Amino acid sequence: MTPPRKRCQAHTRKGDRCRNPAGPDGLCALHRRQREEAATAASAKPGTRRGTPEPHRVVPGPQTPGAPEPHRVVPGTPDPHRVIPGPPNREGSPAAEPEASVVHTPPDEPDLGPLEPVLQWAEEALEFLGRRVLGEYEVDEFGHDPDLVEHVLAPLLRPLYRHWWRVETRGLEHVPSSGSALVVGNHAGTLPFDALMVALALLDEHPAHRSLRMLAADLAFDLPVVAPLARKSGNTLACAEDATRLLEAGELVGVWPEGYKGLGKPYRERYHLQRFGRGGFVEIALRTGAPIVPVAVVGSEEIYPMLANLRRLARLLGFPYFPVTPTFPALGPLGAIPLPSKWLIEFCPPIETASLGPEAAMDPMALFDLTDQVRDTIQQTVHRNLLARRSIFG
Amino acid sequence: MGRRVLVTGAARSTGRRLVAALAEEPEVELVVAVDEQEPAEPFPDKVEHLAVDLRSPALVRTVQSAGIDTCAHLGVTAEPRAAGGRVSMKEHNVLGTMQLLAAAYHAPDLRRLVLKSTTAVYGATAADPAVWTEGLPHETPRHGFGKDAIEVEDYARSFERRRPDVAVTVLRLANQVGPNVDNPLTRYFELPVCPTVLGFDPRLQFLHEEDTAEVLLRTILGPAPDGTFNVAGDGVVLLSQAIRIAGKPPLPIPEPLVNRVAELVGRTVDFSPEQVRFLQYGRVADTSAARGQLGFIPKWSSLQAFEDFAATRLRKLVTEEQVARLERDALGLLRRAAEWVAREVPR
Repeated sequence: MTPPRKRCQAHTRKGDRCRNPAGPDGLCALHRRQREEAATAASAKPGTRRGTPEPHRVVPGPQTPGAPEPHRVVPGTPDPHRVIPGPPNREGSPAAEPEASVVHTPPDEPDLGPLEPVLQWAEEALEFLGRRVLGEYEVDEFGHDPDLVEHVLAPLLRPLYRHWWRVETRGLEHVPSSGSALVVGNHAGTLPFDALMVALALLDEHPAHRSLRMLAADLAFDLPVVAPLARKSGNTLACAEDATRLLEAGELVGVWPEGYKGLGKPYRERYHLQRFGRGGFVEIALRTGAPIVPVAVVGSEEIYPMLANLRRLARLLGFPYFPVTPTFPALGPLGAIPLPSKWLIEFCPPIETASLGPEAAMDPMALFDLTDQVRDTIQQTVHRNLLARRSIFG
Repeated sequence: MGRRVLVTGAARSTGRRLVAALAEEPEVELVVAVDEQEPAEPFPDKVEHLAVDLRSPALVRTVQSAGIDTCAHLGVTAEPRAAGGRVSMKEHNVLGTMQLLAAAYHAPDLRRLVLKSTTAVYGATAADPAVWTEGLPHETPRHGFGKDAIEVEDYARSFERRRPDVAVTVLRLANQVGPNVDNPLTRYFELPVCPTVLGFDPRLQFLHEEDTAEVLLRTILGPAPDGTFNVAGDGVVLLSQAIRIAGKPPLPIPEPLVNRVAELVGRTVDFSPEQVRFLQYGRVADTSAARGQLGFIPKWSSLQAFEDFAATRLRKLVTEEQVARLERDALGLLRRAAEWVAREVPR
């Protein structure tokens, strides 16, 4: 029997484990060539050229397959010319050791100037495409695909986050850097962009770059195209089993207890939180001892102001609601363009549950109280931030 | 006295492998291999081939008189066409099991019953939890193999109640792959193109044939824990990923046409409708109980098992070397172009 195929032991420029298949020497074709070039470069003239970011670090990676990947590090200063902005610095990487890095660029190569980052981006994109063509990536048991999120999904959402909605975040320090927590937020805006923006805020702006594992309605897993994207971006079904499993694994779990009632509410009820389901999320937090972090999103209500709900059509199509907005369906596909409201996401201080103990999960009164406390916190934070906002588009 | 083991479904790939492994164990005195079909190659010495149907009186006689102490029931099939149609498959699966267990009830020396079941008992829908544990209540599959497997499991449990002196172990195995496995899923990946449901990418789990044989051998010969256990390789593989590892072009079919295509493909692959749903929604089972109580740690992860199957059985259309060379060539070209621009275009 052939042993399982080895992955390349080198690291990419960003400090990721290279996922290309390895040859007999433990390196992929790309890194082997780079190491050879580095060796000739080092023998010709030691040292790096000034001002050029080090394109590749070749560092032996962990030997065991399935060992946790080292965190990533961006070498040197962040480059303003990067086309795809990858997630910034990750801490605690073994790749950060300067003596471990080898520079492959031959010294006689002409200075490429502003083209260097373009070339680096192309290299990264080619590596990514190669991995996808060969199936050389791993997803967890829920189907979360961090490689796809990092290289495709997050870069697609970032322009919306940064330029369209100009999302501002507060209170990120309330989200723990490691271990489980349950992020509970308000839900609005017809399409669940608020969930995506909260997830992107935690991935890009939280110091630990945490992946938010969101709990979604089963409709999301029954729609073609949406279903696989939902799983790959880290969502799973909103059921007690999945939530418990994720929290027990120390993940950051996101839940939107208003569900469709929040997403599909008319514009005139904006920023008025709906009923919080049956509070199942509190029960799971108590069982697993995970802290609850309420998050208040302002700005999501105005992206698709829902003037009416065509209930019959919705029932016919099997959707929970069919929105009529000022632009949809009047302008057809153009109506799908969300309005550029100004967003503010505030994470509130965590509500600790571990001290209450799992017995509290058996007490319906304690569950109601805690549910109300979470809902009130979010509602008050939303109101406070609404008052502070100059205008919808400000 | 040595162990005397009866194995049903012995001529099929899993059964053949298990029978051969049992015959090599010194503590095993006799293996009775039950299968109507002749095996591809003759069974080894210690094995007595009983070429009868599960419903035959000869089987009843053997179970009762040959001093059988362990019955490994591998005879539940997922292939309607091979079994001669869905009705005959159900007869074989459900009535065959009833008959076998009826005979086993009167076997004085029987101490162990090992049932090879399947994770198909969990079904596959959009509203499933991401990971199934053995105790979770699940929507009962109403058709085909999954339904048969549930009925067979129910018979095994009722047998356990009637014969409390017999340890009953139910192994719910994930889809098996490997160099020698032949089942509907391996035949699917051997098609020139792999039809998929447009817009869906299910999570799959695989079990390598070596691990299948190992877990069966362990439950037959090792300490016998009662109960039901999921068995699968670690981790999951997406269907799209599996198709790329297999080096095949995928053929996405819109949902309304899926059943028609499945019928066409079904002629070679022997797919039943619930296997089509499996390729739409997928299924993942938790294997921690098998690790903890059975002490079984699969040697191959799902990904490794599938890669081994692909490497030994499939001819890839796209190889790693080609992709690496393309990557290298494209990058070299870009670098040369960039160097040219840097040289020729004045700043």
